[in-house]
Amino acid sequence: MSDPMGFLLWVKGPAFNLAVAIFAFGMLVRIVEIFMLGRKVNYAEPKGTEWGPGFKTMLTRTVADPGTFARAPFDVTVGWVWHIGFLVALLLFIPHVELFKSLVGFAWPGLPNPVVDAITAITLLGLIAALVHRLSHPVKRFISTPEDYLVWAVTFLPVLTGYLAYHRLVNPYPLGLGLHILSAELFLVIFPFTKLTHVFTAFIARWYNGAIFGRKGVES
Amino acid sequence: MASSKTLGESLREQGVSRRGFLKFCAATASMMALPPSMAPAIAAALEKARRPSVIWLSFQECTGCTESLTRSFAPTVEDLILDVISLDYHHTLQAAAGHQAEAAREQAMKENHGEYLLVVDGSLPGPDMNPGYSTIAGISNYQMLMEAVAGAKAVVAMGTCAAFGGLPMANPNPTGAVSVMDVVKDKPVINVPGCPPLPMVISGVLAQYLVFGKLPELDEYHRPMAFFGQSIHDRCYRRPFYDKGLFAETFDDEGAQKGWCLYRLGCKGPSTYNACATMRWNSGTSWPVESGHPCLGCSEPKFWDAGSFYSPLSTPLPGAGPVVVAAGAAGVVAGGALAAMANKAKAAGVAQRQPVKIEELEAKLEETP
Repeated sequence: MSDPMGFLLWVKGPAFNLAVAIFAFGMLVRIVEIFMLGRKVNYAEPKGTEWGPGFKTMLTRTVADPGTFARAPFDVTVGWVWHIGFLVALLLFIPHVELFKSLVGFAWPGLPNPVVDAITAITLLGLIAALVHRLSHPVKRFISTPEDYLVWAVTFLPVLTGYLAYHRLVNPYPLGLGLHILSAELFLVIFPFTKLTHVFTAFIARWYNGAIFGRKGVES
Repeated sequence: MASSKTLGESLREQGVSRRGFLKFCAATASMMALPPSMAPAIAAALEKARRPSVIWLSFQECTGCTESLTRSFAPTVEDLILDVISLDYHHTLQAAAGHQAEAAREQAMKENHGEYLLVVDGSLPGPDMNPGYSTIAGISNYQMLMEAVAGAKAVVAMGTCAAFGGLPMANPNPTGAVSVMDVVKDKPVINVPGCPPLPMVISGVLAQYLVFGKLPELDEYHRPMAFFGQSIHDRCYRRPFYDKGLFAETFDDEGAQKGWCLYRLGCKGPSTYNACATMRWNSGTSWPVESGHPCLGCSEPKFWDAGSFYSPLSTPLPGAGPVVVAAGAAGVVAGGALAAMANKAKAAGVAQRQPVKIEELEAKLEETP
């Protein structure tokens, strides 16, 4: 693995297997624990259903309420922009679609490369803006922990290295592609043990919220 | 044997016109990324060049590299370049056989000691392996290589097997095969990988050596930058389709018929450095991608072990499945165990709860002075 092609084959082989294994192990520990702990039994008579309102709230809470937007328009806007950009680059870039196809056995339509390229550039700018805001806003800076910066870095690096690899700005290419895959593996390894788990838990929490209100027969 | 005739004299004897020769020199200049104005200088240098002695050793190989060179297209200046080098030993091409052949090799090595070019195709069993895996005239490949390297000016590893181990070194590598640069450390090694390498690259490297009298600029894999400096992808005529996101998804779909990008069919062009896209094969007729097949990445190390030829470059190597399933199962068990422990601690807390009434606490307070 000391040469570029050896490095690429290492990140595509043993390192990939290890990273995905750690991700699967860590995430299943977290999710299984959350579901098995469950919630306290509610003996009160239900006034409505849980499932429908639960799923509805999973969607409605995804959009910030007007009050939150009025207080923090920057966070909401930039947050939305780079989250969507990140998901588009991750899920709709053709080489990534091929990667998922090789893992799960089926594929979905992708976007033309120039579209993903432009969205990736916007995502990079969004992530940089988010970091600058975090550092320059006194309150945000005060409440930021090392984990926040770590999570930012492991999110930013795959996007940056992917952009560089696509534009073939790291030579030779096997090194550039290898660095991109390695940074994505770092993201996977860090994922289950940091707030990145929100990718899954945010929706579980929203479901619980909606379900609690639904059971009480009120809007959430 | 290395003759006293210059290359120019030999070419004229063989009926190569001045125009044809200059055309070759211009092509050589452009291959080497030199300005066209260098062509006359190249011509002048080549005219005066003396035929160098070349010893060609074939080890664990399929003769495809020699086929590429000799069967490519004839007659060309490339062939003549080989005619005018003095190929003193090449056990496929030479007329002599047996002891005569070995005697020719030993004589050439002795007479041109320190001056001859050593060309090797094929990998060889490593020095610690059973030499019986590959021998010539009872001499192990390793011993023959080391004896020949001792008097060589430089070593050209021709083809991917010699350059990087190639097919013989592919997993599980039963013969313990190694590449030339794995064992040759004290002489300059030029790798000309490819399965097989382009004939123009073979002759181009030799021409460059004749023109400049020195070895070409090499990349980190010891490949001449002039031919291996750019990737297939960067020079591919199908690149605009990649950039637009237009891909063939099977070998006979609409995309394949329209000549779209072959990335999704496993093309390794993005990670492969070679000159096929610009020089093409069979007298410039075509090349693999033009004929509708993805690039296999044959000029890169470990290309046999880099996953399926038909898996896209972005996919992981096979073998992740069982590891991930095992890790996931372990995660489910561990998560369940953690939850069970937490529930057990909670149940124990409930069991050990000692209810206290407020009256009792107040009574206690009153008791204390």
